[in-house]
Amino acid sequence: MSDIAEESPFRRFLSEFAASKIALGGLIVFTIIALAAIFANWIGPQNPYDLAQLDIMDGRLPPGSKSGAGYTYLLGTDDQGRDMFSGMLFGLRISLAVGVGSAIFAACVGTTLGLLAAFFGRRTDAIIMRVVDLQLSFPSILVALMILAVLGKSVMNVVLALVIVDWAGYARNVRGIAMVERKREYIEAAACLALPWRRIMFGHLLPNCLPPLIVIATQQVARAIALEATLSFLGLGVPITSPSLGLLIANGYQYMLSGKYWISFYPGIALLVTIVSINLVGDHLRDVLNPRLKR
Amino acid sequence: MFTWLLRRLFQACFVVLAMTVIVFVGVHVIGNPVDILISPEADQAERARVIAAFGLDQPLWKQYALFLNGLLHGDLGRSFVFNEPALRLIGGRMPATLELAVTAVLMSVGFGVPLGLYAGLKPNGFIGRSIMAGSILGFSLPTFWVGLMLIMVFAVTLGWLPSTGRGETGELFGLRWSFLTWDGLRHMAMPALNLSLYNISLVLRLTRAGVRETLLMDYIKFARAKGLSPARVIFVHVLKNIMIPITTVVGLELGSTIAFAVVTESVFAWPGMGKLIIDSINVLDRPVIVAYLMMIVVIFITINLVVDILYTVLDPRVRLETKA
Amino acid sequence: MSATLEVRNLRTHFHTRAGVVKAVDDVSFSVDAGQVLGLVGESGSGKSVTGFSIIGLIDPPGRLAGGSIFYRGQDLAKISEREMRSLRGNRIAMIFQDPMMTLNPVLRIDTQMIETVQAHVNVSKAEARARARDALGMVGIPSPEERLNAYPHQFSGGMRQRVAIAIALLHNPDLLIADEPTTALDMTIQAQILAEVQKLTAEHGTALIWITHDLSVIAGLADRIAVMYAGRVVETGEAADVLDHPVHPYTHGLIGSVPSRNHRGERLRQIPGMTPSLLSLAPGCAFRSRCAHATDACAQEPPVTETSPGHTARCFHPVSS
Repeated sequence: MSDIAEESPFRRFLSEFAASKIALGGLIVFTIIALAAIFANWIGPQNPYDLAQLDIMDGRLPPGSKSGAGYTYLLGTDDQGRDMFSGMLFGLRISLAVGVGSAIFAACVGTTLGLLAAFFGRRTDAIIMRVVDLQLSFPSILVALMILAVLGKSVMNVVLALVIVDWAGYARNVRGIAMVERKREYIEAAACLALPWRRIMFGHLLPNCLPPLIVIATQQVARAIALEATLSFLGLGVPITSPSLGLLIANGYQYMLSGKYWISFYPGIALLVTIVSINLVGDHLRDVLNPRLKR
Repeated sequence: MFTWLLRRLFQACFVVLAMTVIVFVGVHVIGNPVDILISPEADQAERARVIAAFGLDQPLWKQYALFLNGLLHGDLGRSFVFNEPALRLIGGRMPATLELAVTAVLMSVGFGVPLGLYAGLKPNGFIGRSIMAGSILGFSLPTFWVGLMLIMVFAVTLGWLPSTGRGETGELFGLRWSFLTWDGLRHMAMPALNLSLYNISLVLRLTRAGVRETLLMDYIKFARAKGLSPARVIFVHVLKNIMIPITTVVGLELGSTIAFAVVTESVFAWPGMGKLIIDSINVLDRPVIVAYLMMIVVIFITINLVVDILYTVLDPRVRLETKA
Repeated sequence: MSATLEVRNLRTHFHTRAGVVKAVDDVSFSVDAGQVLGLVGESGSGKSVTGFSIIGLIDPPGRLAGGSIFYRGQDLAKISEREMRSLRGNRIAMIFQDPMMTLNPVLRIDTQMIETVQAHVNVSKAEARARARDALGMVGIPSPEERLNAYPHQFSGGMRQRVAIAIALLHNPDLLIADEPTTALDMTIQAQILAEVQKLTAEHGTALIWITHDLSVIAGLADRIAVMYAGRVVETGEAADVLDHPVHPYTHGLIGSVPSRNHRGERLRQIPGMTPSLLSLAPGCAFRSRCAHATDACAQEPPVTETSPGHTARCFHPVSS
């Protein structure tokens, strides 16, 4: 087999993706954001959770102020005297971890159930899809609210709530695609070979569901980040000890009316840029990966 | 038609029942309300009195039976915090939420349909493209952040609109409504816009897609061949066709809008059910949480049912099928 | 006497991203009052676009690129959209191919008819409704008063086409363009509709352009026939002339492929090859790649030659029969 034949689908995908400057820009922005979040410890001038480094006298300083210790608060400080820039980097880390983590989790659960429904059909299908319908008929915020009301606040519970909110979307989409694939000859051939069903499901059905799955997952990451921020803003999300962007915005909200906008504003911008960059990538991925929509 | 309606009603009742189990069992797992309600200094006798008063010493199934019985009698317990029947508490806050949600939905049609119509008629123009780009933002921006920005711009910086609260209210049917006074309307403008932003994007995209699809239809060409004015073709022949899916979606979105009012109400300190539920979750006021969730479920299922019926009334094609 | 409609050197081009499609390329014909012109051709030959060009309903990226359309001496290619609209549905009407698609599914029949009346004459709603009812009765729809309140989906395909015809004839137009109005219908209903339209147009002296791909439909109906191929009229003449003595090889092939004209047991003759893409049309005769008579000369533009009085063909090698 030649190298070209092996590489070409992926290469074609890359070149098609790179064809859209907006999507490429989104990807670059998102990569920078992700790196900044991962290396927050090294990039941030301050560890906002090390109380020894905080000086309450520096509280609510506007952007560009000098700290008592001599360095500049690029984006000002919050009411605890935390450097907003550092706080944002750490908040970004939590937002991304929760968003990406829950999206991956939900993808696993939803994909498995969707494949099961498509593969076994009949009663399995009916039960799973009925639950999916019920779940999707309620708005995400309500389901998340219910779960957090029941389980209380913690990072894990937020992740769990997001997984429960999101899995149904994956399940429905995967089932739809798998139902089509299942009828193809190669699955029938695999079934004729008496391959075990797990092998057919994950070895044959799943790879064909992957491209649309990636598209859904990208969009779900953005959704999850937004929903997490909303929940945290409402005080139902992550605990105060590990503030995400949403909680930072909530903390600054009370000061906004008195004109100290930066405590809420900059985390909000970070949240916005993150979500929009992911959506731009997702939108274009959908165009590239979905041959049905391609023209 | 009648059996169809009956079946739908039966389904709806079943979902409500299922939700009572989920909500009740779920909510019961939250910490122990005893710990919150009773001060740590209270003696054993006081503890026992409160526990008995709220029925917390009963086995779970018995509590559920009591709860279900209460639900049938419209009694979902008393708020631990307000010491008021939970249902009445929520009922008192409902008008504020409802008027906000309904206004938001009306705004989504008022803005979404004209914008979508324009974008559908001129899809390649600069304005048409800008409208579509804007709708992407409307979909992806978190509601609470947009709300904050609205406050920052219109309340803090420009000082045009009040930032929080419901303002003056007028009375209608024995309830207080903000839309009856100028001050109330000024207070409602930002929250309603904030709440409707997502729906505006949704309606706009639906309208645009519908317009583009309908314009290609033979009956539009035939309508033009009849010598009708462009306005008549667009506003009667095109719009009437796309109003059916739009009405359905908007109707269904009313439920989500009421649910998402939670966020907007928190941002703008709008005294509705949503703000109440957030406060109640924070203090684990169980009866109120349960009552709210049940209320929302019932509202939701009712809306779905009504929209389904409305749909059959609106679309002559569906109407015939269900009659037959 | 001048013709009701005279089309001269009509060109309608579609400017697509892939290039210019000359859907109608130098088409000329004329129809007199009370006369029926059969416009015949395969799908993609430009016959429907010709119809839409006359009524002024060419959508972008298409547009008139030249020629004139004289309706009673007035050039429709030059008048304003407003003037055109007052003619459309009034003096010049059109009926479409698929009756299932021509009526708006969410509007009642009376709405769709009354608006047509009121678009052109200033009458009360009741008066417009009465006219609509009479028109429905005229095209043979039983109990028209009740049927006015129905929705299109409550009619069968044939009935819907009758409704469409009733709408088109509401103002007794001078010209009716029928774009394959019977193609989507059953054979028996086809015949009824055909007879109905013929009768009604004859009564009012309406000039009729009947667009079809089916020569057998046109045979008993048309006074004159124009055969189109790849955006051009390749042959035109009296119906009997063209059908009995076709001159252009394409017309020859077309007639040969009609089953009723062959003898039993004889194989149906086919025209070899496919309709060329209008996008990459080489100069010269567009039919030459499928034509048994083609020579090198056909790479040039064939002239319009008159083989007998009133019978013309665009060919270097007219077939004599």
